[in-house]
Amino acid sequence: MAERVAITGVGQTKYDTKRADVSIAGLCREAAVRALEDASVTWNDIDAVVIGKAPDMFEGVVMPELYLADAMGATGKPMMRVHTAGSVGGSTALVAAGLVKAGIHKRVLTMAFEKQSESDAMWALAMRIPFQPALVAGAGGYFAPHIRAYIRRSNAPDHIGILVAVKDRQNALKNPYAHLHLEDISYEKVAESMMIWDPLRYLESCPSSDGACAMVVAAEDSVSGDRAPAWFAGTAMRSEATQFAGRDQVNPQAGKDCAKEVYRQAGISDPRREIDAAEIYVPFSWYEPMWMENLFFAPEGEGWKMTDSGATAIDGDMPINPSGGVLSSNPIGASGMIRYAEAAMQIRGQAGEHQIDGVRTAMGHAYGGGAQFYSMCILTKDKP
Amino acid sequence: MVLRATGKAGSPFAAVLGRRPVRTISASGAAAYLGEAMRDVAIVATAQSPALRKEERRNEVEILMPVIHELRENAKLDQDDIGFTVSGSCDYLQGQPFAFVTALDAIGPWPPIDESHVEMDGAWALYEAWVRLQHGDIDTALVYSFGKSSPGDIRRILTLQLDPYYLVPMWPDPVALAALQARALLESDGVSEKDMAEVVARSRKHAKDNPNAQLKGDVDVDQLLNEPMYLSPLRKHDCPPITDGAAAVILAAGDKAREITDRPAWIRGIDHRIEPHSLGVRDLTDSPSTRKAGEVAGVGSGKVDVAELYAPFSHQEIILRRALGLGDGVNVNPSGGALAANAVMVAGLLRVIEAAQRIMDGSADRAVAHATSGPALQQNLVAVLEGE
Repeated sequence: MAERVAITGVGQTKYDTKRADVSIAGLCREAAVRALEDASVTWNDIDAVVIGKAPDMFEGVVMPELYLADAMGATGKPMMRVHTAGSVGGSTALVAAGLVKAGIHKRVLTMAFEKQSESDAMWALAMRIPFQPALVAGAGGYFAPHIRAYIRRSNAPDHIGILVAVKDRQNALKNPYAHLHLEDISYEKVAESMMIWDPLRYLESCPSSDGACAMVVAAEDSVSGDRAPAWFAGTAMRSEATQFAGRDQVNPQAGKDCAKEVYRQAGISDPRREIDAAEIYVPFSWYEPMWMENLFFAPEGEGWKMTDSGATAIDGDMPINPSGGVLSSNPIGASGMIRYAEAAMQIRGQAGEHQIDGVRTAMGHAYGGGAQFYSMCILTKDKP
Repeated sequence: MVLRATGKAGSPFAAVLGRRPVRTISASGAAAYLGEAMRDVAIVATAQSPALRKEERRNEVEILMPVIHELRENAKLDQDDIGFTVSGSCDYLQGQPFAFVTALDAIGPWPPIDESHVEMDGAWALYEAWVRLQHGDIDTALVYSFGKSSPGDIRRILTLQLDPYYLVPMWPDPVALAALQARALLESDGVSEKDMAEVVARSRKHAKDNPNAQLKGDVDVDQLLNEPMYLSPLRKHDCPPITDGAAAVILAAGDKAREITDRPAWIRGIDHRIEPHSLGVRDLTDSPSTRKAGEVAGVGSGKVDVAELYAPFSHQEIILRRALGLGDGVNVNPSGGALAANAVMVAGLLRVIEAAQRIMDGSADRAVAHATSGPALQQNLVAVLEGE
């Protein structure tokens, strides 16, 4: 009961608009094999497999864990499939870690993916049933009004979103796995790109990607590999109702509760000072300042000042999304796990060109649905 | 009929597992499991909707709400008293992405709750809740599951579970694959169409005592055998009905469970395993994943009074009984099982509920619950429940 859990291996695929070179199983296997290699273990060392992805309609395969059992080396083992909307990549990792924490398994392989090119996410998101408001404008159309509300509340200047978009794409140039490598990214280029969901411009929005991310999570006595692991010091999931009078969709309570819980578990009282790097789920530029407040990195109404001052840049005092984030790669179901994996890579010193010196405490964050689902973790270099 | 306790040596599946037999049972996991390390967790309250062929007037949330209310009332708990909430459902049944999102409204998640969802039968949601309770920081969990099969074409939907490149283009639907499996079983050894009809007759008879069942009544085996073939060798009654429904459970740990109810149904073991997806490498007449899960869950370590097996097709009950080593003395599917009502995504959790009910009402001391997922019993979960 309540065993310590570490991330001992991470694996990512190259993210791209269309990975036509691999099947769905091939894509997932690419990430899984890399995670096993990173942990210096083989398929036989894995006790159970936990996979996650966003809606099955994104590929047209119902409950794909059944089809993926062989490719994930799960035959004869327990296999689970998590789906908690956009936060699923994070939740999947936490379900896997939970199996180890409970003392049930020693090593669990966890993998999350999306192969968006197999279907059309906008179509899938636009499906509706009777008596329910249609969501025909995609995720950006859903979030834009909340962003406008944030700008009105905080009096943030208009250029903040553009700064985030430029910063994350510049970070992505240092990440070989990132989908978008926009060599000529600039403030002007983002500012001049088409306005699609006011105030979100085209280049302030995430791409639609194919990709998979996998991790090996292990118990203390089963840590393997040449590289020191990243330890889970705090894990939490929180959900709130989608729609009700009085729900604050700009600074949702579930996000605040989830953050407080992981900080409590990890013994963090001042997140901006104590966390060295964070991978935060920012699919649309303005969500960086919004989450800075929701996660208590900045007082309410002042998150945009962190972006404006360069604090969230890779060389700032609170680097956010050194990998380039969701704005640079978005295989939806995997995006949350990529945040965890990138946070682990920062701890383990394996982030290459986007490595930040001396990271001892990092945060992974994912959110989903209409910003009512949250999954977060605090990872540390030192055993908690 | 001959009940076989062990798998056929040299089956393709054994070959797949054979490379590392000890490891695949998760030596580490099984050891922790069967030892004293696990926290005692019990089912303390259950609720279910009536199984209906077509819930025309109520959507999924509306079916769920009375079930959740009844459940909390049974346990005398509010949502504030619940440590963890988890559900199981399938977007494709509802015909829209994120179907579980609106279903969460049935819970009333405010203030925010610790919550998760599996795109699997509710039995796997129950497994996740059991794991979560092992962490030791919370004492209660609420599990629910829902599914309306009636609005869509369930046979086509479940076909989309198959390998999208090599199998789906041929559209072998679940009934066709079950027929293949039944044919293999009939041609393998000692199982006859009469054995299958007997499963159906008993299910319908048992269902007479289940107010929530859909198909019930006294049917004659010879009469059943005179029915025309549907998809040879399956007759229509060998196949499950189409059902809409929902079910929910509250789990509690240790003394909390004893506080809530006089006779909790203790989960003494629970495990699940998956087999290869490729039908060509499986022995369809056997269920090695059920056997393995049953071994880890500890089915064989005591007398089994009642077993609730999720066998959507009549011949699958025969395969499952063999895999679990259940003899003639075991009361199998007193609820009527999936041949009497089969709300996809709910039916597995319902087997656990029905088994738990027999423990909670004192009519059984030790029960086995089983759930399945995927074509021709690809993935299976087994739980052992006991009274105190």
